[in-house]
Amino acid sequence: MTEIFDTIVLAFDFTMVRYAMIVGVLIAMCSSLLGVTLVLKRFSFIGDGLSHVAFGAMAIAAAMNLTNNILFVLPVTMVCAVLLLRTGQNSKIKGDAAIAMISVSALATGYLVMNVFATTTNLAGDVCTILFGSTTILTLTNIDVWVSVILSLSVVTVFTMFYHKIFAVTFDEDFATATGNKAKLYNLILAIVIAVVIVLAMRLVGALLITALVIFPAISAMRVFKSFRSVTIWSVIISVKCAAIGMLASIVLETPVGATIVAVNIIVFGLFSFIGLLRRMI
Amino acid sequence: MPQLSCRDVSLGYDGKTIVSGLTFDVNKGDYLCIVGDNGSGKSTLMKTILRLQTPLSGKIETGDGVAPNEIGYLLQQTAAQKDFPATVLEVVLSGLLNRAGMRPFYSKTEKQTANENMETLGISHIAKKCYRELSGGQQQRVLLARALCATRKIILMDEPAAGLDPGASIEMYTLIKNLNDSGVTVIMISHDIIASVKYASHILHIGREKTLFFGTTEDYLKTDIGKLYTHTGGDTV
Ligand SMILES: Nc1ncnc2c1ncn2[C@@H]1O[C@H](COP(=O)(O)OP(=O)(O)OP(=O)(O)O)[C@@H](O)[C@H]1O
Ligand SMILES: [Mg+2]
Repeated sequence: MTEIFDTIVLAFDFTMVRYAMIVGVLIAMCSSLLGVTLVLKRFSFIGDGLSHVAFGAMAIAAAMNLTNNILFVLPVTMVCAVLLLRTGQNSKIKGDAAIAMISVSALATGYLVMNVFATTTNLAGDVCTILFGSTTILTLTNIDVWVSVILSLSVVTVFTMFYHKIFAVTFDEDFATATGNKAKLYNLILAIVIAVVIVLAMRLVGALLITALVIFPAISAMRVFKSFRSVTIWSVIISVKCAAIGMLASIVLETPVGATIVAVNIIVFGLFSFIGLLRRMI
Repeated sequence: MPQLSCRDVSLGYDGKTIVSGLTFDVNKGDYLCIVGDNGSGKSTLMKTILRLQTPLSGKIETGDGVAPNEIGYLLQQTAAQKDFPATVLEVVLSGLLNRAGMRPFYSKTEKQTANENMETLGISHIAKKCYRELSGGQQQRVLLARALCATRKIILMDEPAAGLDPGASIEMYTLIKNLNDSGVTVIMISHDIIASVKYASHILHIGREKTLFFGTTEDYLKTDIGKLYTHTGGDTV
C-alpha cells in the first residue's frame, strides 16, 4: 500500500505528471458536459464519426510536418461537426449513412496518408497512439497544456452561458424554433463546441476511445438522477473522478492512460446502473 | 384584423398535395376546433401554421399584435422526451427562453411567470418531480404550462385529450375553456366532436383534399355535414 502511495507521490514531483493531471481533469469535465446533450439528442454517433475525422486530420497534419497540428485538426473537425449535425437533422436514414461514410473515409484516408508519407520508422506505434492515446502520460509540451487549459475553459464558459438554451433545444427543438428562438444558432454553437472537445480529448484517450469519455459519465448519471441539472452536474463529477483515478492507476499499474480511464468509467457505469436498479425496486 | 389568417393554402409533402383551398380567419378570443378524418392533414396544417413547414401555396399571416413566433403549441410528446431526465420546473421554464434573449439565466419575473402558470394548471405540487415519471395527463399539463409561458396570445393544440381517461379529458377541456375565457385564443385539433361543438366558437372541418366547412359552431350544426358528423361521432348533440 505504501509502495503505491510512494509511486504516486513520486510521480507528482514531476511537473509533467502534474500538467497531465490538470489537462486530463479539464478534458474530462468538458467532454462530460456535452455528453448529456449528445446522448439525449441521440447524437452519440456524431461524436464517434467526428473522432475518426480528427484522426484523419491528425494523420494529414503529421504528414505535412506541421509543428502545431491543432491549428489544422481543429478547423477541419469543426467544419465536419457542422456538416454532420445538419445531415443528422434533415433525414434520419441519409444522415446515418453520411456519418458512416465520412467516418470510414477519414479513417482510411488518414491511415493511407500516414503510410505513404511515413516520417518515422515506428508507423504502427504512431497509429496506435493516435487511435488509443499515448501509452504513457508524460507527453505534453508546455504549449499543449496552455492550449488545453484555454480551450476547456472556453467550453465551460460557452456551456454555462448557453445552458438554458441547450436544454431547450435538447428537450424540444421544434418548440424552441416555433416560439422564436434561434435553435439553428444554438445547434451550430453546440457543433463547434463538440469539435473542440473531440480534438482536446483525442490527446488524452485517443481517437477511438473519445466516445467512451463523452458518453459513459452521462449515461451513468442518467441511471440515478432525474433532473437535467443534476444529471449534468453529476456527469461532470463522475467524469472528473474517473479521469483522476484512471490516470493515477495508469501510473501505478503502468497501463495505457486512455484505456485505463475508460475502464474506470465502465466500472462506475455498472455501479450506477446497480444503484438505479436498487432505487427503482425500493 | 384577425390574429391568424389563412388564404387559399395548400398543404403537402414533397410537392404532393394533401389538402388545398384552406381559407379561414381566427380572431382574438376565438376557440377554433379543427376536425376531420385521419390523414386529412390537420397535423400538417398545424405544423405549417407554426412555420415548421412551408405551405405548397397560399398565404398564412399573423396580425392584431401577434408575431409569427408568439404562437404557443402543444403536441403529442415525441419519443425522445420519453426518457429525458428533466423536472417539471425545468420543462416549464424552457417556455420562457424567448424572453430571456441572450441573457444566460432566467430573471425573477420569469420564474414568477412559470410559477403562476404551474399554479393555473394545478401542477405546482409536482414542480420538482421528474417529467418522464408523470402520467400522460400530467405531462400534457406540463407542456401546456410551457406553452403558456411562451405566449398568452394563441395556443395551438393537437388532440390535447388523446389518451386521457374520461375524467381527465373533461378536466383538460375545462382548463382550456377557462384559458380561452381569460383571453387566450385557442386552436385545437380534436377527434372528440361532442366536446368540440360543446366548447368551440368556430369549427373547421377538413375533408378529402378540401375544406368541407368553416364557420361558427352554431352554423356548423345546421349543415348536413355537421349533422352527419356529430351524429356518427356520438349520439347526443
Ligand atoms: N413527414 C411526412 N412526410 C410525408 N407525408 C406525410 C408526413 N407526415 C404526414 N404525411 C401524410 O400527410 C397526410 C396527412 O397527415 P396528418 O398527420 O396531417 O393527418 P391528420 O389529419 O393529423 O391525421 P390524424 O387524425 O390521424 O392525426 C397523411 O396522408 C400522411 O400520410
Ligand atoms: Mg394528427
